Amino acid sequence: MNIQTRPLTTAPLLPEVFEVEEEHHDAGAITTLGFWIYLMSDCILFASLFASFAVLRDATAGGPTGRDIFSLPYVAVETACLLVSSFTYGMAMISAGQGQKAWVLRWLGLTLLLGLSFVGMEVHEFIKLIGEGSGPERSGFLSAFFTLVGTHGLHVTSGMIWMGVLIAHVLRRGLTDANRTRLMCLSLFWHFLDIVWIGVFTVVYLMGVA
Amino acid sequence: MHEPRGPFIATTAHGRAAGGAAHADVRSYLTGFLLSAVLTFIPFALVMSGTAPAATVIPICVALGVAQIIVHLVYFLHMDGSSGQTWNTAAFVFTFVVVAILVAGSLWVMYHLDTNMMPGMMPTG
Amino acid sequence: MTGGMMGKLSMDAIPLHQPIIMGAVGLMVVGGLGLVALITYFGFWRALWFDWMTSVDHKKIGIMYIVLALVMLLRGFADAIMMRTQQALASTGGAGYLPPEHFDQVFTAHGVIMIFFMAMPFIVGLMNIAMPLQIGARDVAFPYLNNLSFWLTAVGALLVNVSLGVGEFARTGWLAYPPLSEIAYSPGVGVDYYIWALQIAGIGTLLSGVNMITTILSMRAPGMTLMRMPIFSWTALCANMLIVAAFPILTATLAMLSLDRYLGMHFFTNDAGGNPMMYINLIWAWGHPEVYILILPCFGVFSEVIATFSGKPLFGYKSMVYATICITILSFVVWLHHFFTMGSGADVNAFFGITTMIISIPTGAKIFNWLFTMYRGRVRFTTPVLWTIGFMITFTIGGMTGVLMAVPPADYVLHNSLFLVAHFHNAIIGGVVFGCMAGFSYWFPKAFGFTLDERLGKISFWCWFVGFYIAFMPLYVLGLMGMTRRLDHLDNPVWHAYLVVAMCGALLIACGIAAQLAQIALSIRNRAALRDLTGDPWNGRTLEWAVASPPPPYNFARTPVVTTRDAYWEMKRRGVAHRPFAAYRPIHMPRNTGTGVLISGCAALMGFALIWHIWWLAIISFAAAISLAIIHSFDEDRDYYVSSDEVARDEDRYFEQLGSQA
Repeated sequence: MNIQTRPLTTAPLLPEVFEVEEEHHDAGAITTLGFWIYLMSDCILFASLFASFAVLRDATAGGPTGRDIFSLPYVAVETACLLVSSFTYGMAMISAGQGQKAWVLRWLGLTLLLGLSFVGMEVHEFIKLIGEGSGPERSGFLSAFFTLVGTHGLHVTSGMIWMGVLIAHVLRRGLTDANRTRLMCLSLFWHFLDIVWIGVFTVVYLMGVA
Repeated sequence: MHEPRGPFIATTAHGRAAGGAAHADVRSYLTGFLLSAVLTFIPFALVMSGTAPAATVIPICVALGVAQIIVHLVYFLHMDGSSGQTWNTAAFVFTFVVVAILVAGSLWVMYHLDTNMMPGMMPTG
Repeated sequence: MTGGMMGKLSMDAIPLHQPIIMGAVGLMVVGGLGLVALITYFGFWRALWFDWMTSVDHKKIGIMYIVLALVMLLRGFADAIMMRTQQALASTGGAGYLPPEHFDQVFTAHGVIMIFFMAMPFIVGLMNIAMPLQIGARDVAFPYLNNLSFWLTAVGALLVNVSLGVGEFARTGWLAYPPLSEIAYSPGVGVDYYIWALQIAGIGTLLSGVNMITTILSMRAPGMTLMRMPIFSWTALCANMLIVAAFPILTATLAMLSLDRYLGMHFFTNDAGGNPMMYINLIWAWGHPEVYILILPCFGVFSEVIATFSGKPLFGYKSMVYATICITILSFVVWLHHFFTMGSGADVNAFFGITTMIISIPTGAKIFNWLFTMYRGRVRFTTPVLWTIGFMITFTIGGMTGVLMAVPPADYVLHNSLFLVAHFHNAIIGGVVFGCMAGFSYWFPKAFGFTLDERLGKISFWCWFVGFYIAFMPLYVLGLMGMTRRLDHLDNPVWHAYLVVAMCGALLIACGIAAQLAQIALSIRNRAALRDLTGDPWNGRTLEWAVASPPPPYNFARTPVVTTRDAYWEMKRRGVAHRPFAAYRPIHMPRNTGTGVLISGCAALMGFALIWHIWWLAIISFAAAISLAIIHSFDEDRDYYVSSDEVARDEDRYFEQLGSQA
């Protein structure tokens, strides 16, 4: 079994052609790529929820339809919060690029506030609907609505927790390479959530009322 | 010093970010923000005015939604298909294909199921 | 009772009145205690914790995955034997020894364990051991995440096994179709065990998928273009792409089922607008890619094995790569063939029937590639080669019965019959299990530094191979006769004979498993004689054979530069493999961490608490898991350097071994 055809050379050292010293990988770029791939999986998670919503959107079981319960001006304000927060996060990234730690923190704080208002508005909408008897257990349509919108809200919430942790990181260590990578990953996450929200307001709210 | 042009760093051989000055970034974000605001405003206004029929409004909303997603990808995520982003772009395209198959396929399958199996029970809008 | 401190949990949850279950639980507890006693006796606790449980070394994590898979193979196989004996005993009108509610749990547990906790960990384990070495990397891209992934998978397996002694497992079949799995028809905790075991393990699998893709895309050795990458790494890349794309569908679907069960929602219920068919649609949109997640890496294993032992480069490397990519994409457009009978109509069924037939084309192309690789090669009939040839024969038959069922009208006859059961076992045992076994015996020496006993390996193969045919060919016949799956008792003397034959086949497979255990035990005892001193026991072609067996923690003292496919073969051919260096550099390595184990421990508690509605514990353990992750992010002391002296010592020892073989 142990057939050895290997020519074992103990010849003097040849010029290095077949090996190199430790290859230098850019840890930040690898982390960012890995996080992007994770985001793609999140994208498919949302796709499953969108597909379920689309299939169940008319399964109102005699309960309210989208037209009955959605308030578009309210959703427009929510959308504005999220859109502006994407912009403020972008500003934080630019400040990070210029090494302005204080401005990074300010922009992050502002983003956090906008995220908080978004989630607050969403929670308020949910409580109101449940109070009116249009909770998620009312019909297949409402189950799908609460789950899709709620999953997005949970993502925004975890993004905010992450942002809080990141503010602590930056306060502690400054704009180190590790923290820049973290800022970059969160920025991907935050912009991604904004993109998902475009899908939500188009498919759920606008198409629900139109 | 890192010079992030947004989330995707186009890495050079030294593993450092390349290109892009800060003012260009501000402009990029501002352009994206304004375009995005317009693309949000139009469908909301269209639906809220309630003048056009659903059959016209819905395709317009979907088209504007897609346009806005592209705006976000280009101006916020700085996807430009450059060589540093090969894998990011490839992963995105693959995901896009899977999402399209999943959503369109599910709707197709379930729509046919409804029309064959449960006439009248599941009204289709 | 609800509302107490312990939720739905009480002493009634332990099935004291069920002798079979209590016997199994007793066996597990005794086995577990015996293991604890042995570890304590030999003083292995320290090594177990510091060298294994907290390890971020991909090779050790791979070994842990495979240990988990082998243990779960025993558990899943015990379920299989119980089903085969029950059906043999209870097919002439008798009741057999398993009551229906127990039989239902047995077939559910068998499917869940074999797919999620045997096949998946086995595949991920093989990828962990071989892939980073094949691409010339030091480790995976995210070593700490790798450790966490493993432990989350282990927690899933743990929960399934806890269900045996505390409460019950699902009685719904391995995919838990609603409305049966809804709270109205499955009010017990069985489905909740199912949901949380799969959700927690699923997160582990997903993270591992992200990790592996990133590793392959960004950490290949210089010169290793994608088209120079070993086929196993290619299939690992595609399988992990499928994991990342498909597992979120499972997560979402199970989440919606849980919302139905826990919060009274109506995704898949019969009433209030719920649509159970949507669950079936979604679960198979995950389920079909899952089949390819399992089989693609096995195709990779067979490719490596057949090229190595034929002493030839793989025939049709490029076509192999393109076939793999085709299968990856096509696996997303065939899912409806699992439910042709659901009633989507002729257009839909025809489309998915045709795509199913199309996907068999790239698979067929692969079979020809393997055959042509062997053609005119000097094939060495080692154990891995036997598994490979066994696969080629068996999988071809399984593929053909699959194409048969891809014809929708035929499927209307065969759906839910034992013909289907025979078909997917034909594909999964013949493909995945044989592939895992081939990979196991092929890479075992790389992982442990000694080869496995060949004689027992061959005995095991023949028992499995012959046992498989005796066990499953009768099921094809029974299926054509009209016997449906999952019958716990029946009265039909004609079928009885076939069921007895099938049971004998299962017993023969049991002999095969026993031979494997004996093989491992005997090989450990004879490890001095079986020692692999060269690191290259098979005259291999790819880079994993260019380093010592077992490899040092850092894999390569210096990163190899790749100029061709079969990089190691080329280095040997040009006489430049294994050249000692004058000096070594210190090597940067990640430090072990217990965070993965602790977070997974919290996840286990959280899962258990959610199953039993112990809300306070669920909240606390969830918060603890998140806090641990955040605390870990503040840990700056995550890496260290292996000093150049240490590297030199390792490498010198390896060169001494090589010299002693020359």
